[in-house]
Amino acid sequence: MTAPTLADPAAGGPVTPELERAAEKAESRRGLLIALPSYIYLVLLFVLPLLLVFVYSFATRDSTGQTVLADWNLDSYRRLFSSAVLEIFVRSLVLALATTVISLAVSYPFAYYIATRTPRVRNVLLVFVMIPFWSNFLVRTYAWRVILGSEGPVSQVTQLLGGEPFRLLFTNSAVLIGLVYGFMPFMILPLYAALERMDWRLVEAARDLYADGWTAFRKVTLPLSMPGVVAGSILVFIPSLGAYVTPALLGGARTVLMGDYIVSQFLAARNWPFGSALSFAVMFVMLLATIFYFRAGAKTL
Amino acid sequence: MNEGTAPKGPVERLLGLNAWLVYLFFYAPIALLIVFSFNENDNVGIWTEPSFRWYQAMFQDDRVMGALRNSLVVALFSTVVSTVLGTMLAIALERYRFRGRGALDGIAYLPIIIPDVTMAVMLLVFFFQAFGVLSDLFAVRLTTGLTTIALAHIAFSISFVAVVVRARLSQLDSALEEAAADLYANRWQAFRRVTLPLIAPGVAGGALLALTLSLDDVVVTQFVSGAGSTTLPVYVFGLVRRGVTPLINAVSTVMLVASMVLVGISLGFQRGAEARAQRLADPEAVREEIVAG
Repeated sequence: MTAPTLADPAAGGPVTPELERAAEKAESRRGLLIALPSYIYLVLLFVLPLLLVFVYSFATRDSTGQTVLADWNLDSYRRLFSSAVLEIFVRSLVLALATTVISLAVSYPFAYYIATRTPRVRNVLLVFVMIPFWSNFLVRTYAWRVILGSEGPVSQVTQLLGGEPFRLLFTNSAVLIGLVYGFMPFMILPLYAALERMDWRLVEAARDLYADGWTAFRKVTLPLSMPGVVAGSILVFIPSLGAYVTPALLGGARTVLMGDYIVSQFLAARNWPFGSALSFAVMFVMLLATIFYFRAGAKTL
Repeated sequence: MNEGTAPKGPVERLLGLNAWLVYLFFYAPIALLIVFSFNENDNVGIWTEPSFRWYQAMFQDDRVMGALRNSLVVALFSTVVSTVLGTMLAIALERYRFRGRGALDGIAYLPIIIPDVTMAVMLLVFFFQAFGVLSDLFAVRLTTGLTTIALAHIAFSISFVAVVVRARLSQLDSALEEAAADLYANRWQAFRRVTLPLIAPGVAGGALLALTLSLDDVVVTQFVSGAGSTTLPVYVFGLVRRGVTPLINAVSTVMLVASMVLVGISLGFQRGAEARAQRLADPEAVREEIVAG
């Protein structure tokens, strides 16, 4: 429905600027009309809630845990810089970065392998990436709770070898494994898309010009696949930073991350203003990370 | 495509090994979960003998079945609404220029980027505040329940549907729609007979994504569900936090199989629709379609 700026052919008149403008106006009205239901829905159930949380982050909490929309202050934001909160924040940041780096290091050769197969093999291999990608996240995380528990197979193997019962569950390592397991498909798919789209004749040209395999990869393949690296990194970093299900199931009391800390402010501690401020802090970091990644990605291109 | 350029030898072998290890990493936990769901023993980690005991227990568990019913009702409703709204949004953003389009474009992508914890917080505060206002104004007392869960799921699904459909629309040759208009198809006919069949794989893909998101969601649902309105993932999440039981293995296996069936449907549908789209991309066929209509 690209704007047909033609006047009604039935009228038979010449296409004057007035007619064109009128047609454009009608077209614009039609577009708005089609968008309107979603527009209203998103403003009502997304923009308004976002603004409300922003307002709440400046409100006060009375002694019973009720939020009072008065006495606006910056206390919740000041509390963000207390050492307890900063510790949780740094831990989340480190884990999210580690998840991104590990996923990238494993996914890049993996995506490269798939992209260099024959189309038929490629499609089969891709389907087997899509299955975990679409499978229930909670169930996949739960599987690791069974594996890493003190009665799980990892522990049983170490016991068979004469070791102590071994339990990774409720540690940072368990959370890291869970995050990599949960979010790695988000890294693989954009990397694969970038590598698959690539013009491989450029690599051949580099080889013809006496570049060795490594140089050709570093000078041609890697820069050309950078959009995939950037997209994949963002897609892994952001959900890892805000993860809630993974730390809640695999982490322990000493491995609280931002995600479960925010949830506890709303469902347990009943400190909505502080929880709101935390949410905004997380969103701010994500925004910064996204801008940084895109800048870095643009520079290497 | 480039067998000639792929490095042979040790590098190639290492790449292959890495690929197999990744698949092992992906599938070993899932396989283990499924195997142990058929275990007779009360203890999750110790294998005794195969049985369907936990599946029987699951089907007799009223709370599991109730949660499953809630999940299905919410997922179906939110999928239908978000698919229609998301598709309309994609068409408007991709094919029209109108006032406020830029702002809408930004708003439409935000729910995808924002982490689900933040989305959950936002909707909890919103419903709390909205119910407060409604009870002050009209003295009606509303509580959270299946309706609020469905409304929340629609709020995050619209954007995902819109992105998938829009990707499909942008690949579409707009000359086909113009051709339909030239052949005196009115807007509705052109949409119904040309655009819709061509974007059908995108719409179906978006709908399946919305369905999956709704069936999988824990965080947002946990925040906006009320007493007696839990969905299956929220119920399972609560059970898992208290400890691991073979019953959860059985429920998990059912949920896994359901998502794999959805992937299968999605892939099959995309193949079929792809073939149909290819046929329709032939101008002669488009003309016939319009003449027939």
